[in-house]
Formats: sequence, C-alpha cells, structure tokens
Amino acid sequence: MDKFHLFPPEASSSAHQIDWLYFGLTAMLVFFCFVVFVPVIFFCIRYRRGAKVNRANPPEGNNLLESGWTLFPLLVGLGFFIWGAAVYYHIERPPKDALQVQVVAKQWMWKLQHAEGKKEIDELHVPLGRDVELTMASQDVIHSFFIPAFRVKQDVVPGKYTTEWFHPTKLGEYHLFCAEYCGTNHSKMIGRVVVMRPADYERWLTTGETGKSIVFEGRRLFREKGCSGCHVGSSVIHAPPLEGLYGKQVPLASGEIVTADDQYIRDSILLPGKQISAGYDNLMPSFSGHISEGEIMQIVAYLKAIGNQPQEDR
Amino acid sequence: MSTLQTATAAIVRTSGEMAPVNYLNREHGVRSWLLTTDHKRIGLLYLWTLVFTFAIGSVAAALMRLELLTPQGDLVTSETYNKLFTIHGTIMVWFFLIPSIPTVLGNFVLPMMLGARDVAFPKLNLLSWYLFIGGCALALWSLIHGGVDTGWTFYTPYSTTYANSHVISMAAGVFVAGFSSILTGLNFIVTTHRMRAPGLTWFRLPLFVWSLYATSLILVLATPVLAITLALMSVERFWGVGIFDPKLGGDPILFQHLFWFYSHPAVYIMILPGMGVISELVTCFSRKRIFGYAWVACASMAIAILGFLVWGHHMFVSSQSIYAGMVFSILSFIVAVPSGVKVFNWTATLYKGSITFQTPMLYALGFIGLFTIGGLTGLFLAALAVDVHVTDTYFIVAHFHYIMVGGMVMAFMGGLHYWWPKITGRLYPEFLGKLAAIITFIGFNLTFFPQFILGYLGMPRRYHAYPPEFQVFHVLSTAGASILGVGYAMPLFYFLWSLKRGRIAGPNPWRATGLEWQTESPPPKHNFRQTPIVTGPPYQYSPEEDEALEVAAV
Repeated sequence: MDKFHLFPPEASSSAHQIDWLYFGLTAMLVFFCFVVFVPVIFFCIRYRRGAKVNRANPPEGNNLLESGWTLFPLLVGLGFFIWGAAVYYHIERPPKDALQVQVVAKQWMWKLQHAEGKKEIDELHVPLGRDVELTMASQDVIHSFFIPAFRVKQDVVPGKYTTEWFHPTKLGEYHLFCAEYCGTNHSKMIGRVVVMRPADYERWLTTGETGKSIVFEGRRLFREKGCSGCHVGSSVIHAPPLEGLYGKQVPLASGEIVTADDQYIRDSILLPGKQISAGYDNLMPSFSGHISEGEIMQIVAYLKAIGNQPQEDR
Repeated sequence: MSTLQTATAAIVRTSGEMAPVNYLNREHGVRSWLLTTDHKRIGLLYLWTLVFTFAIGSVAAALMRLELLTPQGDLVTSETYNKLFTIHGTIMVWFFLIPSIPTVLGNFVLPMMLGARDVAFPKLNLLSWYLFIGGCALALWSLIHGGVDTGWTFYTPYSTTYANSHVISMAAGVFVAGFSSILTGLNFIVTTHRMRAPGLTWFRLPLFVWSLYATSLILVLATPVLAITLALMSVERFWGVGIFDPKLGGDPILFQHLFWFYSHPAVYIMILPGMGVISELVTCFSRKRIFGYAWVACASMAIAILGFLVWGHHMFVSSQSIYAGMVFSILSFIVAVPSGVKVFNWTATLYKGSITFQTPMLYALGFIGLFTIGGLTGLFLAALAVDVHVTDTYFIVAHFHYIMVGGMVMAFMGGLHYWWPKITGRLYPEFLGKLAAIITFIGFNLTFFPQFILGYLGMPRRYHAYPPEFQVFHVLSTAGASILGVGYAMPLFYFLWSLKRGRIAGPNPWRATGLEWQTESPPPKHNFRQTPIVTGPPYQYSPEEDEALEVAAV
C-alpha cells in the first residue's frame, strides 16, 4: 500500500478496462502533440528571420484543410466518447447477486456493515473474485468513496442513496480515500480496503464481534420503532402492508407510479407526506431526527428480505 | 502596409521621443486617477488591483506547496490548509483570472483596436472598477476575519450548514465582483457594436476583439446565474430556508447544477481572451496574416455557445443520471473541436513567416504548448470512465492549471509585454523578458506535470496530509513552484524599472498593424488625433517585405 509507484495497482475487473481507455487517450494525446509541436518547431526553425527560404505567396487559409482538422478531431473524439461511455455504463450499473455492504459516511469516518452483520470503521474487507455492491448514504455533507486500485469513485450524497460496485481481482491492501472535500479533517477520512481469499473472508465474517445480520436488526427496529404497529396486517390503522412491496410498482395518490426501491422506502420513513400510496391517508409521522441513516438501511434491508413474500390484498 | 491614412502619422512624433501630452501626464494626482473615465487609466487601475490580488493568491499557493513538501500535515493545521486552498481558488478565479485580460488589456486596447476614443459607457466602466474594488474589499474582510474553508466551489450542504467560517461575506464579495464583470461585458459588447471606426467591418476586426466579444457574451449571460446561486446559498445559510440541504428539504445536487452552469462557461471567460491575445502575437512575430481568419473568429463564438452546454461533465460521479452523463460527455468532446481549430490555425500561420522570438512570442509559443496539453487532458476527463477515476484528484488540478496558468497567465504575460510599450511609452529589457518567459515555462511544467501522475495514482485534491508514497511528486511540484515564483516576480521588477529607465518605444516598436499602433505611445487622452479609416483586413503583414528590410539593414 505504501510503496512508491508510477502507476497504481490494478486490483479490480474495471481497473483493467479503465486503464486501457487511459492508454488509448494517452496515445491520442501523444499523437496530437506530435501533430502540433513538430510543425511548430519545424516552422520556427525554418522560417526564422533571416533564413533564406521561399516565403512567396503565403496562404491565408484553406477551407479543405480547415474542414479536415475540424472533422478529424471530431471523429476521434466521438470514438473516445463511445469507448468511455461503454465502460462507464458497465461500471455504473451493479450486477445482480453482488455481496451487499452498507456504507454510512459522516464527518470524518466511514461506517460499514456487511449483510451478515459484521461492522467496520474506515476499513472494508472483501473476498477475492466476488462482485461487491456498496449502498451508501451520508449523514451530513457530500463525501466520495474512492478506491484508486479499483478505479471506482462515487459521491455519497446526503438525502439519497448512491451505489458503487467492483469485482476485486488481486489480493492485498489498498487505499480508501474520501475524494469530495468535506471539511476540516477531509484528508483524515481515509482507510483501507482488504481483499481476502473467499475462505478467509468467511472466517473473518464470523470472528470477533460479529453482531446480528442486517435483516435481523431491521426486523428488530421495525418493531421497536413502532412500524409494525400500523404496517402489519392485524392493525386497526389503515396503513399499506409492506410484505412483498420491495421492487414492485406502487400507484400513488397523485396518480404517479413509482418503484418501491431503497430510495422510496427511505423517503417514506423520513418524508412520509412526499409520496402517498393510492388509497391511503397521510397519517404517518416523519421519523426524521428519530432514526439514523444506518438504522434506515437496516429497515430497508428487512423490507427487501420480506419483499419476496406474497403480497396480501391492499 | 498600413490600413490607416497617413494623416495621423504626420502628427505622431518620430520614435526616440515620448509623446508630449498623453493620457498619463496630462493630469496628475490621486483624484485624477480615482475619478478618471479614460479606459486606459481604468485599465491601469485594474492592473494594480490585480497585481495585489495575484500576490495574495500566490502567497496562499506558496504556503500550500510548502505544507505539501512532507506527507504529514505539519506546517499549518488542517483548518488553515483548507482556508489556504479556498483563498487561492476564490482569489485566483474571481479576483484575478476572470478579470485579468478583459479588464486590463481589454480595457486598454479594445477601444483603440476599434479606432474609438473610449468605451461606449466610460462612467459605467469606472463603476465596474469600483464594484470590483468593493468585491475585493468584502473578500479581504472575510480573509482578515478568519477566512473561508469551503473551497472555491462552495458546495452545499457543507457551505450552507456545516462550514464554520465567513462564507457569506466571501460569497458577497464574489457576488459584487460579478456585477463588475457583467457591466464590463455589457460595455464591451456595446462598444464593439457601436464604436467601430469607418470601414472597420466585423470581418476586419482583430481576433482579440472577437474573443473579447465572445467573452463578454458569456459574462453577461452566465454571471447572473452565479449571483442567483450565491444568493440562494446565503439565504439558506443565514435564514435556514431549505434549498440545498436535504435536512431542510433541499437538494445539494441542484447547487452543483447551478454553480457549474456558470462556472463552466467561466472557464471560457478565462481562456477565450487569452486565445485572442495569442492570435495577435503569433501574427505580429511571424509577420503573417492569420491563417483561416473566419475559422478562428467563428471558433471563438462556437466555444462561447457550446460552453453553456457542458456543465454536467463536472458531475459524472455526483449521482447525476448516467444518461445525462453521456450527453454531457459527448458535448464536451464537441466543445474541444473549436479550440483545436485555433491551435491548428496558429500553427499554420507560422508557415512561410518571418519569425522572431521576442518575449511576447516566447509566451505565445509557451501558450500553444501548454494549452494543447491542457486541452487534450481535458478529453481524458470528458471520457466518462476515466473521469470516474481521476475526478477530484490531482489529475484534474494539473489539467485546469495547464489551461488557466499555462494558458491564460502565459497569454496575459505575453500580452502585457506586447502592449507595455504602448501603455507606458517605454520598452522593457528584452533579455530579462526572455529569461523570465523561459523560467516561467520550465517552472510551470515542473510544478504541474508531476501532478498528472500523482492524480492517476489516486492522490485526492484538497488533502492536507497524504500517504508517504506520493511525496516524491509533491517535492518535484514544490520545487517547480519556487521556480515559477521567480518567473512571475521578475517582470514585476523590470516593468517597474522600465517606467523610468526603459528605452523610449516610439509609436510602433513591433511594426504591428493594429490600429492601436497607429497612434502615439503612450496614446493621447482620446487615443487618436484623427479618427482612423480602415480600408482592409487586419494583420496585413508581409514576411517577404520584412526579410527585405532585414537585408537592407545589414
């Protein structure tokens, strides 16, 4: 981790793709520098004052030439756009069945929790050769989760969930940086990412203080915070049941239809009046200030877990 | 050779003597300066102000570079470091780079290039300077009372809710200085439309005028958005009205959209005037007409227009939709094309020229080199996937310094040397000038080239302390910065020296063709003793004729 390099280690599947694009762009840079600098230097020498050379009839323009050096760079640029966009599309869309890790950023630390319950601070242990997806929230200002060796970076924005994923391909320890300026100790909001053999990772998950799984914690909170009082079938209060909800289309009172994803559930807890389910009244109080980002993530994980159960009549 | 009737030439004294009554010596005293409406004097007022702001921004940069010599944060505290980069950014962007070429060289030269006696609204021009001074004063107030630690970008909700520093006064300073920009832009637009000399049609305008015109359009159209954004930010910070902070029901990404909607065009405010200067220098010192005049002129306008459509490329990892990212990416590749066209045309202009390498030309050649690298590395950032890795690292720091410092500051220095004889009537010492230009070029590259490598390695920007493996590159960068400092300090001394001791320049020491060279140096109060009449296109240089002169002289 602390060794001198001229080039960062390639430790994820996307690192390789991004480096190739980077080399391609570097080749383009060298090419265009060549195309500009060689003539500039050549003309400066050949046509220096006093040199005996033919200067008769200097051209004042040439539309063919102009069109050429307008169109050629444009085409090269479009080529790189397509290449860059294709790789970007790949690295911005998490694959299915990735290991889930929840990340909560706050001034100036990273709090992480694995689905199985293990918690860490400023460190992230991941198994080699598995897709890992981070769901990230910020408790205060904007941060950015940056692992140079994986070539991934994503801002962590208060008020919404962002995701980042990677596929580690090399054992080792790598830097974790906060890349978005977040106040006084921004440069101390750093940590390390440890890529382990899958067996070591399994062992690591179950040693030390392992805690309960996120889904388990979510179920506990679902009862403790009083969600179950209204949202479980037997209740006298008319509230939408939440089994089988996750990932479904929800018709709203406003006539819109939204997908019940992480963001929708988060907003429904903190800003219940924002999107009212069709057929229900705006009765729910906001839990803003009574629940942390980490706790919301656990409840979301629980609702996700019961998302596959058959939905009752609504 | 001249586009001007020789009537004025008879009045112009032959070289070797200063013009007796000129804009500098016809009135004396502080009052005559503070109440002047002469565009040339206002240009000089700006020059002095900018020397001062540049010094503040440079001291902040020097302290940062010193701190970064070692990996630990040991010279200053993190809080101080954060304030230093904020001071450096805000001062350099809003109180140096944006006003630099337009207000100093533009104010001084634009009316003369048009054959006009002043700008369209001379009093408004003075008001612009006072607004700028007011903005500077507010910014200074916030520095003296403890500074700001938000970064020049003022990102929310840090700036509105969490920062514990003088955000509002700094924002107010930028807000007020913004009005100075708007009024200057307005003045230049009207001047260019209404004050051109007889015969000076649009396609006979010097390219510096085209670039100032394009810049002015951006100043007038984009700066109000910055004003609104900073006002909204202050409203949220001061009264807790929820606009950007999600805890108050706002959206922090909205701030970024608004901010970059101004601040990306602002990049072109900073570079377009520089490009205009380079067109003047390359033609004059290669004794050539510009290659592809219309293409260069239209490229300025294309940059000004397309520049408004690419702001989202600052936000590829901000949680903006990936499809929006793609649109902004393709537009960013397109906006690079007109800049490339300019570089190719400057290169072609050298062909069959009669090239000499005085100080302004050295700066111009330096500009072409550094701007080319700065522009091409911009394409790395436009390519979405690479941007994900290098955004918010030193790669981006290196990239925009290649454009802003390698480009704009080189152009500013080149232009200042070029027009210095016109401004003061005296020549700067040529040898020292060339030396400073070369030192600046070397120091610049040593400072910023290592930062590209550092950035790709993953060193984030705005870090007070950093992992020890990055130290080598930081040491190189700091060493370069000290050389760069020498390169910038030298002109200050020899320019001051030349005010009294420099050789008398005469009206046209470079034998340049622009209208500003057809009058005395320093010019009389109203620039021309008789309104010039233009009969042909600009840059009527003839390399063959110059060579013949050379031979005759020998």
